[in-house]
Amino acid sequence: MTSATPPTGTGPLERREARLAWSLLFPTIAIVSAVVILPLLAIFWISFKPIGLADLRPPTPVVREAMRGDPGDYTLRYRIRNSSQEKSISNVVLTDELPAEVAVRAAPPEGCEIGRESVTCDIGTLEPGQRLDIELPITITGIDEDAAEEALEGRPPEITGSSENTLTNFEFTSENFARIFDSDEFFEVLWVTVFYTVFGTFGALIFGLFAAMLLNKEFKGQGILRGLYLFPYVAPVIAVAFAWIILFDPFSGSANALLIQMGVTDEAINFFGVRPLALIMVTVFEIWRYFPLSFLFILARMQSIDHDMYEAADMDGASPFQKFWFLSLPQLLGILSVLFLLRFIWTFNKFDDIFLLTGGNAGTRTLTVNVYEQAFAISNIGAGAAVAVVIFCCLIIFAFFFFRFVSREEGL
Amino acid sequence: MKAFWHGYIAGPIIGALWTLTMAVVTCIVVSFSTGEGLAPSLIGSLALGAWLGFIWLPDGDRTRNQRIAWSVGLAIVPALAFLLVNPAVIGAEGTSTLTILVAWVVVIVASAWPLERILHDLPYGATTRHEFEAAVIRFLTGFGYIFFTAIVAIPFYVMVMTSLKNQSELIQNPLDFTIDLSKGTDLFRSYFELFSDFNFGSYLWTSFFVSVLTVFLTLLFSVPGAYAVARLRFKGRTAFSRSILLIYMVPMIVLALPIYIAFSMAGLRNTIFGIVLIYPVTTIPVALYMLQGYFRGLPAEVEEAGLMDGLSRLAVIWKITLPLSLPALASVSLYVFMIAWNEFLLAFMLLDDPSTFTLTRGIASLNSSEVPRQHLMAGAVVATVPIMLLFLGLERFMTKGLTAGSVKG
Repeated sequence: MTSATPPTGTGPLERREARLAWSLLFPTIAIVSAVVILPLLAIFWISFKPIGLADLRPPTPVVREAMRGDPGDYTLRYRIRNSSQEKSISNVVLTDELPAEVAVRAAPPEGCEIGRESVTCDIGTLEPGQRLDIELPITITGIDEDAAEEALEGRPPEITGSSENTLTNFEFTSENFARIFDSDEFFEVLWVTVFYTVFGTFGALIFGLFAAMLLNKEFKGQGILRGLYLFPYVAPVIAVAFAWIILFDPFSGSANALLIQMGVTDEAINFFGVRPLALIMVTVFEIWRYFPLSFLFILARMQSIDHDMYEAADMDGASPFQKFWFLSLPQLLGILSVLFLLRFIWTFNKFDDIFLLTGGNAGTRTLTVNVYEQAFAISNIGAGAAVAVVIFCCLIIFAFFFFRFVSREEGL
Repeated sequence: MKAFWHGYIAGPIIGALWTLTMAVVTCIVVSFSTGEGLAPSLIGSLALGAWLGFIWLPDGDRTRNQRIAWSVGLAIVPALAFLLVNPAVIGAEGTSTLTILVAWVVVIVASAWPLERILHDLPYGATTRHEFEAAVIRFLTGFGYIFFTAIVAIPFYVMVMTSLKNQSELIQNPLDFTIDLSKGTDLFRSYFELFSDFNFGSYLWTSFFVSVLTVFLTLLFSVPGAYAVARLRFKGRTAFSRSILLIYMVPMIVLALPIYIAFSMAGLRNTIFGIVLIYPVTTIPVALYMLQGYFRGLPAEVEEAGLMDGLSRLAVIWKITLPLSLPALASVSLYVFMIAWNEFLLAFMLLDDPSTFTLTRGIASLNSSEVPRQHLMAGAVVATVPIMLLFLGLERFMTKGLTAGSVKG
């Protein structure tokens, strides 16, 4: 008698299902890795590169063509220069077509060859910033000077050359990291980031919880209020950021006018321009903009709490605060911890808000703003990428905590 | 703490705090709508509030005459504060008497009427913990509605009103948001100029086009992906769904730098094509995440019945899963549309040529000292209104969709 054994390995059906799954996933994987994974690898590569914003445009040879001279003694002149002041360009070759009516009358300069209605010059290497003139004596037959000039300029000359690209060669440096870690600025940036992230996250959660409790009852106009409270989150960040800037403007802002009228302050306050107020203001903005999100999640969870529990608590004589503290809060703890981690990570990642409000000035430069500052304001792409690598490492740590502690809770 | 559990202590305290809040709110509202300065007075409003809080307390064991005697006797407190220190609300220099009178009436009504409802269950003498907390909660609820409505509404109010004024009016009196209706259509001058001189019509169209295309492309990629993650069994499913979440946590600025470099080299900067290429990729992980959560919630039996009847998997997705998940598709579309419409960072970095500007990039270009600020605010209104209308119209989908899957902000 043979005993029945369960099948081992993957059966054909299972294989078919897996194949289908991968083929459905393939387009997404392909496009996401092209735009997310590749850039992430590129960031690591660039962070070890001595590269500035100017290096992105490789040095190119530039040529200008002009016809000069008097009848019978025309010359065609090419002015060539190297666009870069730092790098040489090798294998520079100039080619130009000549109209049929134009002929070169004397021997061309060294390196140039005259073909049928064309000219090719091999110039060799252009040193950094070097300028070079090539002159061809020409004669014009059949047409007048203006027509010839037009015909010549109608065909712009082509020039090619190759230069070494810092981005793709194998020259590495650790200078970028040394630079960002060495400066005292880095620790200030880190402190600002921590302050912004921690207070922004807690603030958004607490205000979200408060708003959710307000709306967790049926009354007329509840839908309108809920829609209204979501406005800060839905409106484009650029619109609300500029509205805040104008509202808190030190010279003609309504908030300052109001505070002066109320006698809170004697002179206008520069809300976004002085330390430490600027940092507090951007944190308040962050709370203002994101409390709707936490409010939405908390409200959804609140509405799914079983009502019987509250009735039982009422029977036992629990007071409203006791019901909140001993019933609602423990029920909400799951969603609150998930929201805390998510908001923490996203506040840490936030760039637009601070960039638009203060541009990272007045002690509000967080790590993400520092990436932009290094790469585009100081034009040091390598250092910007190094900061980005630091951010990415922090993110890995956060993600670890996220999956470790939140894993399956609340289905997120 | 126990000392507070007496109506005659808790009532006046709640009343004082409530009237102070009302005095501040009245000053802000009246100042913002008339342009005339008003200031709340701390002592004046606290005194008035405490008195109101006392007289609104239910009778307790007191006789009617006793109650009236106490109330009238104590009225000397707000009266003294009024005469010797300040009334609850005082006008600034140049504020008309009428405005001050209106403000007083508003403060008294806004204090007295809700206070009656806040305190109506609070006994005069010793209270139970229940009654005390219920009164505090009613106070906090009223305060919360006013507080949240104010902080949300004020920036938007300033945005709209600023766009209807002109630079000199704004500098002359920053509080004056009154609208001169006699100007007629001239009121909307900055909007007309925005569309005629600043090319906002074209930005609006670009933004709309890019957003719709982004929604379409995102759904095209994320529907099959989400289905595979939610329904099909294959090795590496958990790893895959976790890596989606991980990708969705990568900050945009980290990606923006290499994308900027790659686009500079490939000549894709300043092209709509480049933007359309990049936007869906930023939204696919979000959409995938939201959709797979929804697909998991659908009953698998319906699909299995389809399979038994001879449909292929793809036909099952097309004929059964998609029609069942229309609400989720609507909310994902709405959300992706919102992300694409509001996107600023990539548009700012990748677009320099005004002919390719999206709306957000166009507004950023208005932020210079040469462009008057009412134009900037008009631009902000133009960008905000369509997304608000769309959102208010489809709010139910949005709320459901946002909470069904987790959402990036």
